[in-house]
Amino acid sequence: MGVFFDEMNGSGGGTRAPYARLEEWLATMPKELRSLKQAEAEALFRRIGITFAVYGEGGDPDRLIPFDMFPRVFSGAEWARLDRGVKQRAKALNMFLVDVYGRGEIIRAGRVPANLVYQNAAYEKAAVGFVPPKGVYSHIVGIDLVRTGPEEFFVLEDNCRTPSGVSYMLENREIMMRMFPGLFRENRIEPIDSYAEILRRTLASVAPAKCQGDPKVVILTPGHFNSAYYEHSFLADLMGVELVEGQDLFVDGEFVYARTTEGPKRVDVIYRRIDDAFLDPLCFRPDSMLGVPGLMDVYRAGGVSICSAPGAGVADDKAIYTYVPEMIRFYLGEEPILNNVPTWKCAERDDLKYVLDNLSELVVKEVHGSGGYGMLVGPTASKAEIKAFRAQLIANPSNYIAQPTLALSTVPTFVDEGVAPRHVDLRPYCLVGERIELVKGGLTRVALREGSLVVNSSQGGGVKDTWVLAE
Amino acid sequence: MLSRTANNLYWIARYMERADTVARLLDVGSRISLIPSEHGYRSEWDSLLQASGMAEGFTAKYGDPVQRNLESWLFFDRDNPSSVASCLTAARENARIVRTAMTAQVWDALNMAFQELRQLERLERSTLDQSTLTDWVTRQSALVRGAIDANLLRDDGYNFLNLGYYLERADNTARLLDVKYYVLLPRLDFVGSGLDNYQWSTLLRAMGAQRAFHWAYGGEITAGKIADFLILNRQSPRALITCIAGADNHLARLAKCYRKDGAAQERVRAMLSDLESETIDRIFDEGLHEYLSRFIGSVAELGSVIHEVYLGGEIS
Repeated sequence: MGVFFDEMNGSGGGTRAPYARLEEWLATMPKELRSLKQAEAEALFRRIGITFAVYGEGGDPDRLIPFDMFPRVFSGAEWARLDRGVKQRAKALNMFLVDVYGRGEIIRAGRVPANLVYQNAAYEKAAVGFVPPKGVYSHIVGIDLVRTGPEEFFVLEDNCRTPSGVSYMLENREIMMRMFPGLFRENRIEPIDSYAEILRRTLASVAPAKCQGDPKVVILTPGHFNSAYYEHSFLADLMGVELVEGQDLFVDGEFVYARTTEGPKRVDVIYRRIDDAFLDPLCFRPDSMLGVPGLMDVYRAGGVSICSAPGAGVADDKAIYTYVPEMIRFYLGEEPILNNVPTWKCAERDDLKYVLDNLSELVVKEVHGSGGYGMLVGPTASKAEIKAFRAQLIANPSNYIAQPTLALSTVPTFVDEGVAPRHVDLRPYCLVGERIELVKGGLTRVALREGSLVVNSSQGGGVKDTWVLAE
Repeated sequence: MLSRTANNLYWIARYMERADTVARLLDVGSRISLIPSEHGYRSEWDSLLQASGMAEGFTAKYGDPVQRNLESWLFFDRDNPSSVASCLTAARENARIVRTAMTAQVWDALNMAFQELRQLERLERSTLDQSTLTDWVTRQSALVRGAIDANLLRDDGYNFLNLGYYLERADNTARLLDVKYYVLLPRLDFVGSGLDNYQWSTLLRAMGAQRAFHWAYGGEITAGKIADFLILNRQSPRALITCIAGADNHLARLAKCYRKDGAAQERVRAMLSDLESETIDRIFDEGLHEYLSRFIGSVAELGSVIHEVYLGGEIS
């Protein structure tokens, strides 16, 4: 396993500084305590109700995401660089969105192909010509990062619509603090609990011009059958804002109102956790019961803000992804701080040929896929799987991109046999409103199966607390 | 508060109260079945099923009232929307939807009840006796109620929760009384007999109120005293008047909170003043069944007015 960079042990040169205290902790922890604490953590998660509801797949409808007690740690300096890189990217992505729904300068300049944007399924015609308040389309940008060496960070993908998982970031921390207060006394760990406050401020800062007085912010959820429902209610609770479903809202004239026990109450900002297609049955899918009829008209007339804005998805498409470094250069005149993973676009003939010739070494993903579905991990796939995937790829090449398998870094993780390295990624959550802000932390996801590179919770991944040490 | 949130709170309370009543029924049924039956009257189980409006479903699924099947039907069966398992699951699901409207401790109590229920469901049935089940339910409902009373903000949500409790309890008490008259006692000439009294005290036991009754009235158990206790005595926590006074209190608080007095308040005040001026003799003159049917109808109407005014979210 020597080829992987280990966050704690580096490339074999001894324990890295940020992990020094944890090494001691690990060495002196009795084995019985370990399983006791693990059971305690699980009981806490179950009790608080932090579950990942999966309906219609059989089994436990309230599935727990496995929580690993061994944290992942960043030094202050490492984090400072990630912080700058993530903000730079979130800023460029938003400028790109305003541009492609406006004059399309980046396309005119020949830096991004027009068809990738205008023929993109996520390109929202209803948003053309509209500039949302403060010029922000994507207010919560979740950027998935992996590390391959001491200084090498790569962006795997950008999530500009409704990135989830932030409740795990916050709850993992709560549970670690409750179980191991000693660790927090010995390590100087930056707090993350201002997240909800920053989110509320961010959402309020993009209230529409017609808003009078304090902006009324709500979170719009598809309902309690949604897998992320816990997160929706958790965030609403932390911010002290209403958690609403489509049926709770209605449009009357120029505004959106909530149905309350005291009659209709005006709503100014909607943090929606439902997809574009379900927002407004009059504008999008007529069969949807989740949204609010007439919402888009009010939105375009400046009566309400929608976060993230409809159409933001065109920036987090996996084909557009390859152009993000270009966006950073074009809009900001800066060099990207965070690298992209080299990517072959199967829509292009030469790239497709390369991909077909090297399938067993590549990771191939659907352009619009998510959650680890519809992808091929070449090195671990069987011949039959590769063969089947090849056929799909040839049938619809523009639906796919391919990347080399990265040597994802590992972090020590509690497994049945003891402690072993497991691959991780990281999702920090960047908030974009009047200001661009980031708490010092993120969600570390860990692939619990030995050798697995797939960290998605839907594919058996777990989570860890993520620490940034104070300098 | 969102109308939907208020509606969910209201139903959490109704489901919890219903689960509590069903568990008490189970207890009473089992106790009666331990006493040798010499008089050859129809099964008391049947009357209890009638009381809760769960008889038809039971007969369709199981046929004869065998103790074990009754326990399944009343406690575990998800086909029975009023079973303890159905009620607790529905209450917890409603709570999950409105978690933001309750404190961590209230959610904790509801969620733990649900988690423990799932553990009970996994156990071998022969290891569970009926009194364990009943005690478990009454304890869970007390924990939820206690968490609400100790911690919940006294805001509009608290009032909607309590409206749910009081309306459900009023309905349950009235139905239990009604069944007593028509099912437990098939022939009028038994009124005042030893058998009659035995059945009345069964009813008191169903409400966990037989000792309270003795403290309140002393001595002999008569139909008149029990009806008085369960309909008109404000000391009795399950009496119809206590429930309606409770609903009146919480509707008055809502009116104050929203600075708007309306149809729901008018209706509950009328019900309360009727109860206050009522006597047991007049109720018996009208006919207990007729009186109770009328009362159950009024509770249902009050429920729909509350729904229209507060819970439906209509544009006013």
